[in-house]
Amino acid sequence: MTRYDSWTPEKGALIIGDMAAEGRTALLPILHEIQAGFGHVPAEAVPMIAEALNLTRADVHGVVSFYHDFRETPVAPRVLKLCRAEACQAAGADQVARRVAERTGLACGETSADGALAVEAVYCLGLCATAPSAMLEGPGVEGGRRLGARLGGPRLERLIDEAVR
Amino acid sequence: MSVTIYLPKDAAALALGADEVAAELTRLARMAGRDLNLVRTGSRGLFWLEPMIEVATPAGRIAYGPVEASDVEGLVAAGLFEGGAHPLRLGPPAAIPFLARQTRLTFARTGIVDPASVEDYRAHGGWAGLERALELGPEGIVEEVVQSGLRGRGGAGFPTGVKWRTVAAAKAPQKYIVCNADEGDSGTYADRMIMEGDPFVLIEGMVIAGIAVGATRGYVYLRSEYPHAAAAFALALDEARRAGFLGARIGGSAHDFDIELRMGAGAYVCGEETALLDSIEGKRGQVRAKPPLPAHQGLFGRPTVINNVISLASVPFILAEGAAVYRDFGMGRSRGTMPIQLAGNIRFGGLYETAFGVTLGELVDEIGGGTASGRPVRAVQVGGPLGAYFPRALFDTPFDYEAFTAAGGLIGHGGVVVFDDTVDLRAQARFAMEFCAIESCGKCTPCRIGSTRGVEVIDRIGAGDPKQITLLRDLCETMKFGSLCALGGFAPYPVLSALDHFPEDFGVGAAGSAAAAE
Repeated sequence: MTRYDSWTPEKGALIIGDMAAEGRTALLPILHEIQAGFGHVPAEAVPMIAEALNLTRADVHGVVSFYHDFRETPVAPRVLKLCRAEACQAAGADQVARRVAERTGLACGETSADGALAVEAVYCLGLCATAPSAMLEGPGVEGGRRLGARLGGPRLERLIDEAVR
Repeated sequence: MSVTIYLPKDAAALALGADEVAAELTRLARMAGRDLNLVRTGSRGLFWLEPMIEVATPAGRIAYGPVEASDVEGLVAAGLFEGGAHPLRLGPPAAIPFLARQTRLTFARTGIVDPASVEDYRAHGGWAGLERALELGPEGIVEEVVQSGLRGRGGAGFPTGVKWRTVAAAKAPQKYIVCNADEGDSGTYADRMIMEGDPFVLIEGMVIAGIAVGATRGYVYLRSEYPHAAAAFALALDEARRAGFLGARIGGSAHDFDIELRMGAGAYVCGEETALLDSIEGKRGQVRAKPPLPAHQGLFGRPTVINNVISLASVPFILAEGAAVYRDFGMGRSRGTMPIQLAGNIRFGGLYETAFGVTLGELVDEIGGGTASGRPVRAVQVGGPLGAYFPRALFDTPFDYEAFTAAGGLIGHGGVVVFDDTVDLRAQARFAMEFCAIESCGKCTPCRIGSTRGVEVIDRIGAGDPKQITLLRDLCETMKFGSLCALGGFAPYPVLSALDHFPEDFGVGAAGSAAAAE
């Protein structure tokens, strides 16, 4: 699979139906599963979730928009997340970001013109002793996700190669 | 002839090519006609040596590292399978000085055992704490944890036993154990290492907590940035359930307990315990005003023990070996051991578990070997994005909750991030405010507005207006005392420590920023 599944209300209902019995506490697990399947939380999913969990649409929207992970528009099939937190800053995260920008033309927060790759900042992958680090993920990545640490030199170039592939 | 090789599946080892090493080992063992038993462990935490492989020999395990896939052929030719000589040969891992100097209680098994095997865990002393807990019963367990002197390893340092006693005393039809695995502080990775390398110790700690306070349900709230930890822990939950360590009548006792793994969604503030509870409940992760304490009204309004991963993972040792053994380590009111995480621009980055009391300078210069860049160490941030920046002048500060507070900092979750002399402390202070602005839950004004104002004020200082320093100090004061939780309340630590210890980066003379601002 190189792309996310396309949304239909029927597929959404299957996901929601499995978990709705737990009530409101199932909201984040439902959103995670919808996003994992479709690459975002489609606007049409919000009223369906609200009804299933007996919440208002505004309430569900408030949760979707609160968490950085949930997106309201489709995300690129490949996302390169560059850690920009302190441990990585101390070890050269800025140079990594510059090199990524040189090769992809993308700064953190940007998506390529063909929509295939997005570069994002992430705050800590827990690889602080082997900084700087990054994670490439998405259904277009072999194995779903690839981590890179002590980035610089050939290891960084290989990660970018896979990102722009 | 079969050969057993241990190779980490820890996220950091994977990031450095451990899977490629595994593939090469498998290929070359087959070519050599050897039956390879490849055990994927966690990491010992010697990250400058990862991927580090260990070969089982009659004389014990022999380590090699750091190994790249391209090294494997040469290693095999040099007699890797027999522990043969090679430039990457490190010898017995326990004799490596970084490891030999540690006191590993909580991390005793990490990097050694197969994290997917309940039986391997038992073979290395696992489940002994639970056995003793079942003998002691709820009151006895709580007393043991109180006596151990264990304080919350997540940052706040509140006595764990006291928290448990409160929940145990509460009357309610349902109680909960919540594990805070939302390790979001840069420089910290101890929780991740436990969940990937020794997940059963966390499960055992939670089961013991459940028995102690009369809770039958537990939740682990894990940050979404840790997909490998999630996979490893989910597998361990299945295995524990299958072996009867979770579910109904644990170990044949009258106690029921089960754990659900919940994923966060990229909100740093959910590491704050009440925001975390709201998130599990399906809400925006906003901080709750305290009181009521979670111990009285926590998850779903019920009495809840909420502890960090390392706090809970420290419990099995305390129960198995006794409170006194644990309490005998440490200094003052900081008892037992602390998994200190050396990170950033550091030569020997890794997990260093030791009794409280080691000085910051020993950690950075001796154990960590200074910077990886080879340049002088200029600043060290301890305790995550909300921790203070320490200059060399404070390197004699002992690792102890009270000593760090007295030095204007906090040890938090034990992360130590080293910066060399190229660091710009004004930029770091600005980052702290910016981070707080991005991650604020928005519930209280000092944090929500103050952090945004903080960025602006620091920018004005950078533009050459030192008078703004008075304003910055006022703002920090307001955030410190007016914020609802540690996000806004502690953001002044990195900002003020940068200003106090590195005034030259703010365009003020070392004579004193306050005087210069007059």
